[in-house]
Amino acid sequence: MADLFKLKVVTPDRIFYDGNVSMVELTTTEGDIGVYANHIPATAIVAPGILKIHEEGGRVRKAALMAGFIEILQDQVTIMAEVAEWPEDIDVKRADEARIRAERRLKDRYPGTDVMRAELALKRAIVRLETKAK
Amino acid sequence: MATMRDIKRRRDSIQSTEQITKAMKLVATVKLQKSRVRAEAAKPYFNLMYDTMNSIISRSGAVRHKYLQAGASPKKAVITITSNRGLAGGYNNNIVKLVNAELPAGDTLVYAIGRKGRDGLARRGFKIQGDYSEVINDPLYQDAAELTGVLLEAFTRGEIGEIYLAFTMFKNTVVHTPRLLKLLPVELPERGTADGQEPKARAVMDYEPDDETVLDAIVPKYMSSLIYGALLESLASENGARMTAMDSATSNAEEMIEDLSLQYNRARQGAITQELTEIVAGANAIGN
Repeated sequence: MADLFKLKVVTPDRIFYDGNVSMVELTTTEGDIGVYANHIPATAIVAPGILKIHEEGGRVRKAALMAGFIEILQDQVTIMAEVAEWPEDIDVKRADEARIRAERRLKDRYPGTDVMRAELALKRAIVRLETKAK
Repeated sequence: MATMRDIKRRRDSIQSTEQITKAMKLVATVKLQKSRVRAEAAKPYFNLMYDTMNSIISRSGAVRHKYLQAGASPKKAVITITSNRGLAGGYNNNIVKLVNAELPAGDTLVYAIGRKGRDGLARRGFKIQGDYSEVINDPLYQDAAELTGVLLEAFTRGEIGEIYLAFTMFKNTVVHTPRLLKLLPVELPERGTADGQEPKARAVMDYEPDDETVLDAIVPKYMSSLIYGALLESLASENGARMTAMDSATSNAEEMIEDLSLQYNRARQGAITQELTEIVAGANAIGN
């Protein structure tokens, strides 16, 4: 079994996760990455995506991770998240509404639409729905 | 000597003041508990952000980035976090004094959160650049992020060279310390060696995609989280300060009421004695 390392996920309101894990998967601006113990020190920017935490006993926990950054050290990984949610915290109806709203905004493209913002909103909604679905 | 009526009037007035201070104390106590829980919940993020930033910067070797160097402008910006309402003892005044002592009035732009700090600094000749006083009523992370955006824009345009944050640190219910923190350029204490880590852990940090982009993204988050943390700490301190101030006001009022009651009773007794003497004297005069 792979070596364990310490993972901390912190949001402005609480410590979201703190424990020993064997692997963590997440999305950065450069694409999906998976981190094992003894990774070289790195810092990356988090993009909206699903955070998968492989815990000590082989259990995998999922969460929606929206924005922030990750600091990887050899024996410790810290994710400073602006928003992180467990599947049970996610309101499907709200996320679905947000998805429809964002899609409509992107389709219509009225002048003055902030395309980047709408795309980000759409991405967030999709991530929430996917986290909940699996 | 004050007459009975005067003493009574004064005592009544103090009594109603006492009722107000008592009520304010109760309100502050409840608010303190709430804001304290929030401040304590946010503290790990606040501290970890500081540590992480420290570790990133100390590992990044010779990275040169605009946010790590002072801007060309001699102007400084300061975010002052105070309350919108008074009656909180020295809470607001401490921040005003601290800023006044540490930063030159002529070269400092104030971004005020809290009316009391804004007014106090305006009186001392500081220029108020922005006013975000509603924020302190219910601070959100979003507010901190917005303010960060405004400040970083001004920094990038070269309008300001340094950014400070003045807030009150919440140690416990009675101890709060005003602090002035330098936000930009990011300047962490003892860059490099002093945090007790072994040199092997000091492998050079790898940035993805590259250091410029990463620092561009991280520094705003670092700043907003520090501002957010400072907001919550200040709010807890404000309520703590108000609670203490109102507590001593209430006990002072109680003491005064006690004194006045004694005086009143003495005056009453004196008046009765005098009346009796007069009646007796009057009766004697008629009898003779």
